[in-house]
Amino acid sequence: MRVLDVSHLRVEFGTEDGRIFAVKDVSFTLGRGEILALVGESGCGKSTVAMSIPRLLGDSNVTIGGSVRLNGADLSSLNEKEMQAVRGKDISVVFQEPMTSLNPAYTIGNQIAEVIRQHQKLSRQAAKARAIELLELVGIPDAARRLGAFPHELSGGMRQRVMIAIAVACDPQVLIADEPTTALDVTIQAGILDIFRRLRDTLGTSIILITHDLGVVADIADRVAIMYAGRIVELCSAQDVFSLPSHPYTRGLLGALPARAVMQGGRRRLTDIPGFVPPPTTDPDECQFAPRCPRATAECIIRRPALELVAAEHEVACYHPGPGDTP
Amino acid sequence: MTSVPKTTNLSTFGATGSRKSQAQWRRVMRRFLKRPLAVIGLVLVVAFILVAVFGPLLLPDPNKQDFATLLQPPSLAHLLGTDDLGRDVLSRIASGARVSLLAGVLSTTIAMVIGITLGLITGFYRGWFDVVFMRIIDVMLAFPFLIFAVGLAAILGASLTNVIIALGVSQIPEVVRIARGEAMAIREQEFVSGAVADGARDFTIMARYIAPNAASAFIVQATVAIPGAIIGEATLSFLGLGVQPPMASWGIMLTSAQQFLAQAPYLALFPGIAIALTTLGFNLLGDGLRDALDPKEKR
Amino acid sequence: MTRFILQRVITSVITLFLASIVVFIGARMLPGDPAQVLAGESADPALLEAIREQFGLNQPIWVQYFTYIGQALTGNLGVSTRDNIPVAEILLQRLPITLELAGLAILIGLVIGITAGVVSAVKRGTFVDYVATGFGLVGLSVPSFWLGLLAILLFAITWQVLPASGFVGFAEDPIGNLRGMILPATVLGIGLSAVLMRQTRAALLGQLSADYVRTARSKGVTRGREVSHALRNSLTTVVTVLGLQLGALIGGAIVTEQIFVIPGFGKLIIDAVAARNYPILQGAVLVAVTGYVLVNLLVDVAYAYLNPRMRLSGGSE
Repeated sequence: MRVLDVSHLRVEFGTEDGRIFAVKDVSFTLGRGEILALVGESGCGKSTVAMSIPRLLGDSNVTIGGSVRLNGADLSSLNEKEMQAVRGKDISVVFQEPMTSLNPAYTIGNQIAEVIRQHQKLSRQAAKARAIELLELVGIPDAARRLGAFPHELSGGMRQRVMIAIAVACDPQVLIADEPTTALDVTIQAGILDIFRRLRDTLGTSIILITHDLGVVADIADRVAIMYAGRIVELCSAQDVFSLPSHPYTRGLLGALPARAVMQGGRRRLTDIPGFVPPPTTDPDECQFAPRCPRATAECIIRRPALELVAAEHEVACYHPGPGDTP
Repeated sequence: MTSVPKTTNLSTFGATGSRKSQAQWRRVMRRFLKRPLAVIGLVLVVAFILVAVFGPLLLPDPNKQDFATLLQPPSLAHLLGTDDLGRDVLSRIASGARVSLLAGVLSTTIAMVIGITLGLITGFYRGWFDVVFMRIIDVMLAFPFLIFAVGLAAILGASLTNVIIALGVSQIPEVVRIARGEAMAIREQEFVSGAVADGARDFTIMARYIAPNAASAFIVQATVAIPGAIIGEATLSFLGLGVQPPMASWGIMLTSAQQFLAQAPYLALFPGIAIALTTLGFNLLGDGLRDALDPKEKR
Repeated sequence: MTRFILQRVITSVITLFLASIVVFIGARMLPGDPAQVLAGESADPALLEAIREQFGLNQPIWVQYFTYIGQALTGNLGVSTRDNIPVAEILLQRLPITLELAGLAILIGLVIGITAGVVSAVKRGTFVDYVATGFGLVGLSVPSFWLGLLAILLFAITWQVLPASGFVGFAEDPIGNLRGMILPATVLGIGLSAVLMRQTRAALLGQLSADYVRTARSKGVTRGREVSHALRNSLTTVVTVLGLQLGALIGGAIVTEQIFVIPGFGKLIIDAVAARNYPILQGAVLVAVTGYVLVNLLVDVAYAYLNPRMRLSGGSE
C-alpha cells in the first residue's frame, strides 16, 4: 500500500547569481511501514527533496514542480492553511541539527505540547500527560521532570530525542528524518535508529531517512534511492545496493567504503570520487555523472539516461549498468 | 536554514582564505550596484561632497549681509531665499555643507585611526593590557555623547576644531569594540596561525593579515559614523556649543530660523532638508555596503 | 545569574568611581578660578585666599576630590554660584521633568518601533514593509531638533492645536502638562522608534530563518505562532538596542528641552554652561553619568533575565 507518491518533483531556487536547479526530476513511492533511505553527497538535493514534501522550503523565490500524493490526495493542490493541518500530523520532520532546531526560549514540555494542542483537542493537562508519555517513548529518563527543562540543559542526543518526540506526537503516517544522526556521537546514533525501528514496528510509521552514511542504510533501510546532481540514479532494495550496485556512481560510493565496514554495519562517511559534483546552475540533457564516470561513452552526453528496470524492483539511470568492473 | 546547494569547491572563498581578492571586491561592487537604494545613497553622498567642495567657490559670499533683502522667500535672485541678515541661504547651505563634511570626515578619521590601532592591539595581545584598556573604554562609555560634548565645549570653548575633537573621541569606544572583536576572531584563523608559525612579526600580522580582513567591518562602521558626526555637529552648533557665527553651519542656521519660524518657515526647512538628505545618503550607502559585503545578512 | 549580577554591579561601581574622577578633573579644567568665580570679579587677594581656605581649594587635588565625593554621597553637591541654592535641590526639581519626557518618549518609541519592525519583517517585501523601512531610514536621518522645529511649525504655528512651549507641572495641571509634553515626547520618541524598528526588523528576520522556526512550521502551527517563536528570541535585541540608545536619548532630551523650553535637566546643563555656573554643571554631569551607568546595569540584568541560558546558568554548558 502506497502512503506517499512523489512524482516528477522539481525544485528551483532563484538567487542573485541565477537559478539553482536543486532537484531536477525525482519520483519515488513510499509504502506503509517502509523505511526509504535517500543517499547522496552533500548538495545532491536529497535534503531539498525531503523539505519540499511538507513544503518547508520557506524561501519565497523557490519553485516546486511535480506532485506529492499522500494516500492518493494531491498535497500540491492544498493551500497553506490546509497544509498546516498536514504538517506535524500526517507528515512530520526530524531535522539534522538538534542543537538549533529547538527554540532556546521555551521549555521542551512547551514545545512538545504545542504540536499536540495544534492538532488534537486536548486540555493543557492531557497534553502534558501525553508529552510525558512521548518523552518516555523516546527513552528520556525522568520524563516528568524534564518537561520544565530548556533545550540548552540537554545534550545533543537528548535534544534529538525531544525532536523525535515532537515529530511523532500525533502518530504521523510519514516521518521524514533529515540526517538525524549526523551531528551526534556514534554511540548515540544507534539509540536514535532504534527509536525509528521501534516506531515503524509498533505504529507502522513510514520513514524517509536522508543520510550520506551507508552504514545507517545497511542498518535500518528497506529501500534505497541514490541521488546525484538533483536526480535519483539508482532505486532498489537495501540488499541490492550492497550486493548488486549497478550505477557507476553507486559503485563509486561503495568503493569509497571499505568492504569490512559495510559488513559490520560500521558507519563511515562517503569520501569523494575523483572529479567534482557539477554545479546545480544548469540542467543539461546528458548524464551529469559522465565526466567522472569510468564507463562513460559518447551516448552518455548526447541524451540523459532515464531510470529503467534492470531487475525486479531495481531501477537504474545508466546506459552501462551492471555490477561488474567493466561494462 | 534552507540550504541552497553549494556550488563546486568553496575553499577558495574568503571565509577561511586570506584577504578578499580583487575578484571578490568586484563581486561586492556588482552586488552593491544592483541595489537601487544603495545607488541613490551613493548619488546623494557624491552630490553632498560636490556641493561642499565646489559650492562655496561658485556661489556668492555666504556672509555678505544685505539689509535691502531681509527674510526674502525663495526667488530667482536667491533660490532658497535670504535670512534675517539678508544673507543668501543657498550660499550658506553650501558653506554649511563644507563644515559638515569636515566635521563628519575628520572626526571619523580621528576615531578610526585611534580606535582601530588600539582595538587591534588590545584584541591581539589580550592579557592585562586588554583588561585595563577595556575599563578605560567603559569609563568613556559612561558619558552619554552630548553630555561629554557639552563638558568638552565648556572646558575648551566652542569651535569647529573642538567639535571635531569631541565627535572623534566619543566615537572611539565603538571603533575599538569592533576592531578588538575582529582582531580576536581573525587571530584564531588558520592563515594567521600559519603566519605566526612562519615567524612573522606581530606588527606585520596585524597590518598585513588582520587589518585588511577587518576592512569591510571598518568601512561599514565609517558609513555609520560619518552621518552620526554630521548630525552631532549640527546638534552642537544648534545648541551654541559648536561652530560659532558668522560661520555658516546647518545647525546654526536652524538656531536662527527658530526665531523666525512664523515669518519665514523656509529658513527652517532648507538646512533641515540638507541634513536629512545627507544623512539619508550615508545611511543608504552604509546599508547597501553592508548587504553587499555580507550577503548572508539579508537572507 | 546572581554571580553575573554581582559581577556587573562591581564593574559598574568601579566605572562610576573612575568616571567621577574624570568629572572632577574636568571641572577643575573649566576656565576661570573657582575662588574668583565665588568672590566676584573685583575681589581682593585676601578674600580670594580666605575663600580658597574655606572651600579647601588650596589642598591637594585628591583631598579635594574625596571631600567632594564624600559630600556628594551624602547628597551635598555644593551650591549654585548664581543664587546660592543647593545644587542637589535644583537637580531634584529638574530631574522628574526630564524623566517624564524620556519615559513618554521611550513608550512612544517602543510602541511605534516594535510594531513597525515586526510588521515589516513579517510582511517582508510588501508595500507595508517598504513604508515601514522608509520610515525607519528617514527617522534615522532626520535630526530630532529639526523634527522639533517642524512639529512646532505645523502643530503650534500653522494649526495651533498644541503649545510650542510653556511647561506646566503635572501636579498643577495634568492635562496642560501632557499637552505640553506630547510634541517633545513624540519628536524624541520617533528617533528612537526608527532605530528600534530597524533593529527589530533585522533581528526578527534573522530569527525567522532560524532552525527552530522551521521546526515550529513543521509542527503545522500558524504563521502567527511562527512569528511569536521568533519574536521571543528577538526581545533581547530590543533590550540591547534600548540600552545602547539611552545615550542618544539623553542627548535628544537636552536638545528637545531647549527647543520646547522645558525646564528639565538638559536645559539646566546648557544654561549652566552659558552662565558658567560650574557647580551646577559638575553636579548635573555627575548625576547624569551615574544614572546612565545604573540604567545600563538594569538593561544588562533585564537582558540576562530574558535569556534563559543566562537566567538558569550555574551548571550545564
